[in-house]
Amino acid sequence: MEALRKFEKVWEIVERNDGSAARLIPILQAVQAEYRYLPEEILAYIATSLGISPARVFGVATFYSLFTLKPKGKYVVRVCDGTACHVKKSMDLCDVLRKKLKLANGADTTTDLLFTLETVNCLGACGLAPAMVVNDEVHGQLTPDRASEIIDDIIKKEAQSESDPYGA
Amino acid sequence: MNLTRMELNRIRENFNARQNAASHRVIVCAGTGCRANGSLKVYEEFVRCLAHSGLDVVVELKDEDHDIFVSKSGCQGFCQLGPLVTILPEGTFYTKVKANDVEDIVETTIKRGELVHRLLYVEHGTNKACKAKDEILFYRKQHRFVLNNCGIIDPEDIREYIACGGYQASVKACFDMTPEGVCRLIEAAGLRGRGGGGFPTGNKWNLARQQASKKKYVICNGDEGDPGAFMDRCIMEGNPHSVIEGMIIAARAIDADEGYVYVRAEYPLAVKHIRKAIEDAYALGILGKRLLGSQYCFDLHVMEGAGAFVCGEETALIASMEGKRGMPSPKPPFPVRSGLWGKPTVINNVETLAAVPLIIASGPDSFRQTGTEFSPGTKTFAITGHVVNTGLIEMPFGTTLREIVYGVAGGVATADGEPASDGFKAVQIGGPSGGCLTKEHLDLPMDFDSLKGVGAMIGSGGLVVMNNNTCMVDVARFFMQFAESESCGKCVLCREGTKQMSLLLDDIVEGKATEETLDILEDLATAVQKGSLCGLGKTAPNPVLSTLRQFRDEYEAHVKFKYCPTGTCKALKKLRIDGDLCRGCMVCAKKCPVGAITGEKGKVHRIDEKLCIKCEVCVESCKFQAITGGRK
Repeated sequence: MEALRKFEKVWEIVERNDGSAARLIPILQAVQAEYRYLPEEILAYIATSLGISPARVFGVATFYSLFTLKPKGKYVVRVCDGTACHVKKSMDLCDVLRKKLKLANGADTTTDLLFTLETVNCLGACGLAPAMVVNDEVHGQLTPDRASEIIDDIIKKEAQSESDPYGA
Repeated sequence: MNLTRMELNRIRENFNARQNAASHRVIVCAGTGCRANGSLKVYEEFVRCLAHSGLDVVVELKDEDHDIFVSKSGCQGFCQLGPLVTILPEGTFYTKVKANDVEDIVETTIKRGELVHRLLYVEHGTNKACKAKDEILFYRKQHRFVLNNCGIIDPEDIREYIACGGYQASVKACFDMTPEGVCRLIEAAGLRGRGGGGFPTGNKWNLARQQASKKKYVICNGDEGDPGAFMDRCIMEGNPHSVIEGMIIAARAIDADEGYVYVRAEYPLAVKHIRKAIEDAYALGILGKRLLGSQYCFDLHVMEGAGAFVCGEETALIASMEGKRGMPSPKPPFPVRSGLWGKPTVINNVETLAAVPLIIASGPDSFRQTGTEFSPGTKTFAITGHVVNTGLIEMPFGTTLREIVYGVAGGVATADGEPASDGFKAVQIGGPSGGCLTKEHLDLPMDFDSLKGVGAMIGSGGLVVMNNNTCMVDVARFFMQFAESESCGKCVLCREGTKQMSLLLDDIVEGKATEETLDILEDLATAVQKGSLCGLGKTAPNPVLSTLRQFRDEYEAHVKFKYCPTGTCKALKKLRIDGDLCRGCMVCAKKCPVGAITGEKGKVHRIDEKLCIKCEVCVESCKFQAITGGRK
């Protein structure tokens, strides 16, 4: 049942895009917005519904950096590593956050699926370098300390809502 | 005069009358930068506070008169000082406004007509407090043409664009001009593509116009991927209708009936504003069938990118729009012959399209009055990095680099933004495809052709200023890693070449390279430049070649002496605590984000090299300058 319900959503998305293979990228974007990642079985399902090979769908899904085949954390932290941020030492932010979130050996998502740490080529917020974005919220003119604080605030907020799920 | 022109005029007069009837207008910048600094809270606080003090306040001008109009604008380009607030009609300009400043502004400026001095911008050097934008060097030295309305008008209100004369140029193109006439006019103006190529726009349109095909497309390339450039984001966020109008005119010029705006998904606000603008234009009959009451049809869609730099290349962009991997294909055939779905397609950059309505409205001669003979008009530059004033600016082509760095941007700065008058080292221009300009290029006129002459390119206009403490090898490595990760993998030289160059540069910054490494790097760079298929690969070696040429001594210091002159390269860096200077105050141990510093109170502390991430927080926090080996 669970699986069937999963495909129902995908089918809706495919229908909305006229089942057209030319709309593959918008379809994948919508599916990822729904599930936060692109599960393998869904990619195969999309290929069959659009009448194209699974290889083509995988090819597209792996080509573009915004698509991910692995589940991401609830908070996606993207440190900008555009030129302006880079010369203002954005990689120091990354190092500190990586240590803080205990991400070792190339892992980018915390084991509790709360955070994913990524770098992004340019957010276009160069005037605020160094910058990072947490989900859709841009934070600018950061220092390693300030970046750490932002993470702490989220952890605190999450811990509160967990112990007090109704926000009373 | 036809009906639509009359309707446009009616909207225009109505809006302007309402605006004139208001005693004040408060404009809060709501571009990406100011939003990050909390400008939406400032906006809400203005609405709340004005209403609370019993004033007649409105956030959208409709059919009635109101006393005070509060609106949001797109990016004003001066992001580092945000949130920015402008109060009209006086033009009072406040910087770094927080929500708790709003009450003071309402009481002092709006009610009593006086200034809140602490929020005024103070010019570095002269210490002059500036009351309005036009007193600030950063704005006064600019020539805002395409950006003129950005940061003033409300980008989400189509009526305000119309009130500023918007959509008059498309009426002119649809009713008073032939497609050939439109192409000729743009050709006469000498408009060249602002995306980096510099190809004459009028020529491109004319080629597409001459194709015998019933179906043609116009695409706006808003896949602004160059790190360090954000002009297209500002235009799409701050004045989306100017782009749409440019596309309507392009469609008329080549007789296309369908168009796409391809926007980077990393720009959510630009996507939102473009979508809203298209909806509003449809609602007023400016897009769609029989647009503006003419016999023409133009349908416009938005396509969001999915994060691939190479899609800024036009053939890759088309592949991506067709639902494929964004890989470039060899040219010819050029898209003007065979583009989207094999149909003739014109692809123009955002800034180019936004300039088109202005040129149609004011004529080619007026456009040619600024800029140089072969690069007429103005160019937007994103000036960032180590300068006092970072932001988005617009200057006539031919302006010198010196004027931009020292005149507009207020000169070179330290990493903390403090002025450092003699600190200039280089300017990286044109992103990953460009090169470095040094002191000797400061008086070079910035236009398409002069820059090509010195092995750089204007690209999309990203200028990253670097001070003396920037390691040029690290900069070259940064761009090479970028090119490596963005190479689409289609051709071997680009795919493997960028990877190998990246590894060679890794060796250099990690102290594993020899002098021979530099020769191999140079050979490889030349080969990749010659043998790659598309612009990405052909230009990827530019940052390496240009830094090798201009800063060879710095490369040599890394390979011969395993020494990074600026202390940037971490593998060559060792942080140590000087036992004679350390007082054991424990500040550094507390500040260290990874707990690498240990020691008892009053005793000399020690850094554990294995744990240290070399972030230098300790260096900054030490009051006794006891920690050595940090960056200069």
